[in-house]
This record gives sequence, structure tokens and C-alpha cells, in this order.
Amino acid sequence: MTGRTTSTLGRPPAVLVVPAALASVFLVLPLVALVLATPWSTFLDNLTSPEVLDALRITALTSGLTVVTCLVLGTPLAWVLARVDFRGRGLLRALVTVPLVLPPVVAGVALVSALGRSGLVGEPLRDATGITLPFTMTAVVIAHTFVAMPFYVISVEGALRTAGEQYDEVASCLGATRWTTFRRVTLPLALPGVVAGSVLAWARSLGEFGATVTFAGNYPGATQTMPSRIYTVLVNDPEGARTLSMILLLSSVLVLAALRNRWLTTGASA
Amino acid sequence: MSAGGGLDARVEVPGRLAADLRADAGDVVAVVGPNGAGKTTLLRVLAGLLDPGPGGHVSLGGRSWTDPPVLPRDRRVGYVVQGQALFPHLSARENVAFGLRARGLGRAAARERADAELERLGVGAFGDRRPGQLSGGQAQRVAVARALATDPDLLLLDEPFAGLDVGVAASLRVELARHLASYDGVALLVTHDAVDALTLGTRVLVLEDGRVAQTGTPADVAAHPRTDHVARLVGLNVLRAPDAPGRLTAFRPSAVTLSVAEPTGSARLRWSGSVEQLTPYGDGVRVAVRTTHERPVLADVTAAAVAELALHPGLRVWASVKETAVTRYPATADG
Repeated sequence: MTGRTTSTLGRPPAVLVVPAALASVFLVLPLVALVLATPWSTFLDNLTSPEVLDALRITALTSGLTVVTCLVLGTPLAWVLARVDFRGRGLLRALVTVPLVLPPVVAGVALVSALGRSGLVGEPLRDATGITLPFTMTAVVIAHTFVAMPFYVISVEGALRTAGEQYDEVASCLGATRWTTFRRVTLPLALPGVVAGSVLAWARSLGEFGATVTFAGNYPGATQTMPSRIYTVLVNDPEGARTLSMILLLSSVLVLAALRNRWLTTGASA
Repeated sequence: MSAGGGLDARVEVPGRLAADLRADAGDVVAVVGPNGAGKTTLLRVLAGLLDPGPGGHVSLGGRSWTDPPVLPRDRRVGYVVQGQALFPHLSARENVAFGLRARGLGRAAARERADAELERLGVGAFGDRRPGQLSGGQAQRVAVARALATDPDLLLLDEPFAGLDVGVAASLRVELARHLASYDGVALLVTHDAVDALTLGTRVLVLEDGRVAQTGTPADVAAHPRTDHVARLVGLNVLRAPDAPGRLTAFRPSAVTLSVAEPTGSARLRWSGSVEQLTPYGDGVRVAVRTTHERPVLADVTAAAVAELALHPGLRVWASVKETAVTRYPATADG
């Protein structure tokens, strides 16, 4: 509330202020409660139990691999959507963003249908190579990538569009191939979008639960990520659950800070 | 500088531009015309960024660029787009070296050539700077250096002086004239400035509404403007001759005399009309007189004359010009 609004347009009506206050309390109270309930004195002990360390390790590894997969596969997809004119581009863009709004558990079921032991691709894959994906750490990365990549692609495609095609044209007139142009001009100019997209994908991967437990299961030491561990131990080991939750909360705050600096403020002009 | 050949192009971009263009190696074609006339479209077609259209073709030095189509990167075109478009993440040197590297030159050699090219354009001291740290004039010089560094057979300059301070534009104009004179390929210079077109061009191509309105040597275009736009550009009154259909009458605004009473002497061309506008012009005042012609007759008079005749918008006046101050010529080149 600025002074101007209050002084020249009259007092904000209670019918708006009261629900606004309620909403604020509603959103902030659980976070405060979590901070207060976190067993700070035993924080480090909880953190160093073997199961928690496993969950931490798996989460760090899978979320890192998810970001790498997004970079390697999502960047070219974003480029194709932003720069190549083809029939069905709009449809493809719509399809690849579906996982953005899909309930995660449905994403997990879809992945089982495609890559499960008797899935569309999973069965021939098992018959041909003996490899089964579900309930492996690879499956965790696949589930995370499936839900996180749309965030990445949308962010990078936006950055590519903002940077515009003019520089691509100039590079082309200077004799550069499209690959050289991509490497030396397009990608460097879209870097803010790549960074923002990576942070978004990482954050999405960090908290992913529904698709992961559905497709990859919840096995300690193999596929149990931090959110899965929290869900598992909440009843028997609330202190451990709160410790892990606190770590995820801190990560979220860090992501928000990173995005504020990188994306929400300067991203539009970069 | 590489030795290119002559340019032969026909452009038929539907709804945008229909134009023929021929130029010899060493020619500087000044392309003038109002906004939206198709000037940039022409350059983009020549660079290969736009299709020349169903009946269009482009060839340089006898080699076709459109049949089979040649990609922009294989055309050896130096294209300075409007607003420079220097790569913002690369230094001036890296910008100039970009085309050389893309064409396979080694890092060190490209760097050396880029430095030489920057030096030639008078911006050798700014090689390490990013485009954001350059002034408008410096950035434009880097852009020209970048285009020239690849030894293009065809040089395309889109409004190279736009947005520059008057003094900066003037010095760049002098240097560009020097580089264009020593350039042995075909150059196209898009400009909206008559002085640029007439001094830098060896030929002038006037585009209006997506067509070629006039083409010729600078002297010819300046003396015999065929459209109102060119007339205003070169500062002449051009009217359809009342006594000879299909012929145009051109005269300088300074040759026009204004009077309140009908002028005497039968040898004079004269028009009755009302003063439409008074604007300061040079030492005097430019008066636009609305007559029965579609365009007002422009007259340059002294401030003293304005006071003496009490000129003000709406005043009925006579504009007249001596027959000896008038040039008459056909309205079309072949008419």
C-alpha cells in the first residue's frame, strides 16, 4: 500500500483487506510452523543418517542429470520451435507443454504405459536388450525430465524469440552455417533464458513426487528421493521429515532469489 | 577487394516490390524512396533473405543466385542492416572477425585482418569494446568494417547514416565515399537523403509504392525528377506542363516570384492560389501556395518580402516564374 493510494483514493475497503490478510497468513503460517518445528538441535544428526544421506544423494544426482538432459534435448527442441517453420509447429508446442499442467501421478501412469515392463516401448526394449527401466534411478531421471523439460523449453524458446532472428540473418550473410550461428550467436544471446530454464527445471525436479513414485517407486538407496523419503517417514520419523522439508524449503527460497535476479527483473531486457 | 561482376536482378515480391535492377561492377546504386517503398525488401532479396518472387531472379557476374537458389551464406554479400545489428556479446574485433572465421580463416589470421579492417574504418582503437560501449558512429563503422572484411562481391548498406549525429554522419559520409570509390564490386546504398544519393551514387534508383519510379544518373535525376517525391527530395517544383500533356515542368523554388496583383508580361508561367504554409528555409522563407495543381507550388522568398506582401496562410497570391527558369521534359523515360 503506497501513500498515494491510501491518501488520494480513500482507505482500502475492509472487504478486500480482510481476505488479503487471511490469504497472507494462510500462505506464510505453514512455512513459519515448519521453521519452528524443525529440530534444529538435532538437525545435523538427522541429516547424517544413512537413509537421509541416500535420499539427498539420489535427489542431487537425479536433479542434476535432469537439468543436463533438459540442456541436451530441450535446447534443440526450443530452437526448432522458435526458428524452424513447419506444419504442426503449434500442435507440437501444445503437446510438449502438456506435462506442465498434467497431474504428476498421471504423468507417472503415462510413463509406465510407455516405458513399463509391458509398455509400448518398454516391452520391445526388454525383449531386445533385457533392460527394464521402472524402479531404477534412470526411471527417476526420466520421470523428472518428463515433468521438468516443458518448463525449460518454454523458457528457452521465449529467450530465443526475444533475441530475434535478425542476428541469425546477419550471421548467415557473413557466411556462417546454421550450426555455427547457433553455437556462436543464437545460444550465447539466449543464455539468460537457458539459465532461468535450468533453474526452473531443477526446482521442478527437486520437488517431484507423484510421477516418481508411480514410475520409479520408492526404494531407499535406489529411487527414494527427498520428497519420497519425507512422505515415507512423516509418521514414524517426523523429525527427519521436517529436516528434509527444511532443506527443500531453503532450496526453494534460493531458486526464487536466483530467478528474481536473473529472470523476473533483467530477463526481459537481456 | 575481390573482383565481382555486374548485378542483374528482377524482383517480384507480391504486394511489396516489383523492380528491375542492373548495375555494373564499381557502380554505387543509391536507392531512394519514401518509407514502405520497398527499399529494404530489395536489399533482403539481393542478400538471399527473401525470395525474389515468382518471376524474379538475381545474378551477379553472370552467375545465377536464384536458379538454383544460393543460400545467403554462399553469396558473398556484405550487408549492413539498418541499426547495425552488431552481435552484442562479441567485441568489435570478434564481430569483424566473425565472417572471416565462418568462412574458414584461422583465429590468428582472422584477428589480424579484423584489426586491419577496423583500422581502415578509423576505429582501430576500439577492437576490445563491446557494441554497447561504442557510440553510434563507432558502431556503424564497425558494422561497415564487418561487411567489408569478407571481400563481398555485393555490398548492401541500409541507411548507414540513420540515427547518427549530424557531425558524425558527415565524417562517416566522407569516409564511406572513399571506401565506395575504391570498392570494385556492386554497392547499393539505401538512403532518404538527396545529398547522399546524389553525391555517393553513380546511379540513382527511386522506388515508390513498390515500383521503380525513376532511375538514372544522379545529374539526370536531380535535373528531371519524374515524381513528386523525387522533386521534393532534390528541392524542385515539378508540375505537369499545362500546355503539353505527358511532359513535366521543373523549376527551382527560388525562381518563383510571389505577388498580390496578377503579374504582367505574357511570357511568364503563373498560377493563382492561396498561401498554405510558411516555413523558415535557409536565409529566407519557403512559401507553399495551393493552386489548382495537386501539389502546392513552393516559392523561396526573403523575410523582407514576407513582410512587404504581408504573407499569411489563406492570403490569395499569384506565383509566377520566368520561362527561362523552367526545364521541360517527358514524364516517362521513353515518352
